[in-house]
Amino acid sequence: MSTIAPRRRRANLTPRLLLIPAIAVLLLGMGYPVVWQIVTSTQEYGLAQQFGQPAPFVGLDNYLTLATNGGLWAVVARSLVFCIVTAFVTLAIGTLLALLMTAITKGARLVLQVALLLAWSMPVVAAMTVWIWLFDNRRGVINYLLDLIPGVEMNRYDWLATPLTFFIVASVIVIWMSVPFVAFSVYAGLTQVSDEVMEAAQLDGANGWQRFWGIILPMIRPVISIVLLLQLIWDLRVFTQITMLKDAGSKSGDYDLLGTYIYKLGTSAQDFGMASAVSILVLALTIALSWFYIRGLLKEDEA
Amino acid sequence: MRTRKMLLSALAIVIALVWVFPVYWMVNSSFLSNAVLQSFIPTFFPFPGTVSNFTAVADPSFFSALGMSVAITLTAVFFCIIFAFLAAVAISRFRFRGRKSFVIAVLVVQMLPAEGLFIAQYKMVSSVGLLDSVIGVSVIYVAAVVPFTIWMLRGFVAGVPADLEEAAMVDGLSRFGAFMRITFPLLAPGLVASGVYAFLQAWNEFTVALVLLPSEAAHTLPLWLRGFVQASATRETDWGQVMAASTLVAVPVIIFFLIVQGRLTSGLVSGAVKG
Repeated sequence: MSTIAPRRRRANLTPRLLLIPAIAVLLLGMGYPVVWQIVTSTQEYGLAQQFGQPAPFVGLDNYLTLATNGGLWAVVARSLVFCIVTAFVTLAIGTLLALLMTAITKGARLVLQVALLLAWSMPVVAAMTVWIWLFDNRRGVINYLLDLIPGVEMNRYDWLATPLTFFIVASVIVIWMSVPFVAFSVYAGLTQVSDEVMEAAQLDGANGWQRFWGIILPMIRPVISIVLLLQLIWDLRVFTQITMLKDAGSKSGDYDLLGTYIYKLGTSAQDFGMASAVSILVLALTIALSWFYIRGLLKEDEA
Repeated sequence: MRTRKMLLSALAIVIALVWVFPVYWMVNSSFLSNAVLQSFIPTFFPFPGTVSNFTAVADPSFFSALGMSVAITLTAVFFCIIFAFLAAVAISRFRFRGRKSFVIAVLVVQMLPAEGLFIAQYKMVSSVGLLDSVIGVSVIYVAAVVPFTIWMLRGFVAGVPADLEEAAMVDGLSRFGAFMRITFPLLAPGLVASGVYAFLQAWNEFTVALVLLPSEAAHTLPLWLRGFVQASATRETDWGQVMAASTLVAVPVIIFFLIVQGRLTSGLVSGAVKG
């Protein structure tokens, strides 16, 4: 007894010391900004305050202004639709590719995996320049190839000129970038499904479709749900992609998603109060989405 | 069964070609002269090629951006790995009060998007006069990357059975000695994987850099590259040069990523799958 007690006390101190650097940098880099934003979102913080005037407390005025602002709701709705559509399409394609990987020859699998890895490893900014070039209205390959299809007239079609096609382009790019992660994760999950289980199912006469829904999907459900949640969260934050597409196309507010909307409020309008209020909305949305993911991880952590 | 496998394999190769096409197109265009790229019929192979695009974009602004990127990335990776390693050991080798709260906090923070924080981060960094500096951005990068790195390393630390350590302790090593001699060497792949993860995050980061590095002299490679697309709004774009610039930014990342990809994917997956 007497030898255990002191060791336990020391064991209680050591982990806390080990955590100090991580906690300090998180408080500085993330904690303080969050608190500052919560405070600032309740203040009038515009151009005058940038030059040192005190910021008056206005309570929930910023939020009320935003809530009655049709522009914000349009941006929120656009962001959510973009995020959900892109995430689900990414998940579907990624899962299909993972299933495909289990059914092909070793050589073909290697080729596919290398191609996916190349796409995955592309820095997002470089990927954006290439895609903007591919979708270029005059000399882009995509219009050229589509134009070759008989009856399709895509010569000089400007993809970035209307919001719908603009967001289709953005979605295609994000899907291209995100599918590799999904495919590899799901494939890793699939390789855990034992051959014996599959053979038993086959002997029982289950066809491919039944095997997928009845056996494979339940077994890889944890991977699928984690990957889907991560995609939803990541697809809410598509700032780089939208910023660069706007560089190449229109600067109009109709092409904003939440990230670029906040950026605009903060930089061109210099309205930090409102920008903070929208930021808080984004954070709340993210945490709400993340909650299921985090709960799942914690449950497994305890097991 | 055999023909089905062959058909699916052929399909997989077609998909692979489609997926890799943008990467190929970047490299291909980077070797073509502007005169060739001006044609309305695309040139699918870089013959006859030229390296003039590369010599044109590798100007002082490129080397300045390269220098900033290297400085910021190395600083961020170095501190991120140390901090994350210590924290990962704490949460996977010890049971203590507050452990669960810390894990929850890490997971929540990991989810916070830069897009929801950059206004405050800009205000904070500018108020201490660290805009356009390596330190200002690095602090934010470490904070942004450390949560996932902790989570990733935690999986690796937990993957080394504590029994191994205890056996070494029974053989007379101290707890610290057992950790250093038994667990630490087994963690090398985890440290490499999380180091690469942190490297890629910092090297490719755009949003925070855009906000915290406003002057052109302090631009990192992603901001430098974006400059080419921005310029395209006001003048005819020289796509050969833009693609050469993209290739310069992308190729080192791709090579690095491919060398360690096995470890990186297993790291990402063990972070995501094993939880």
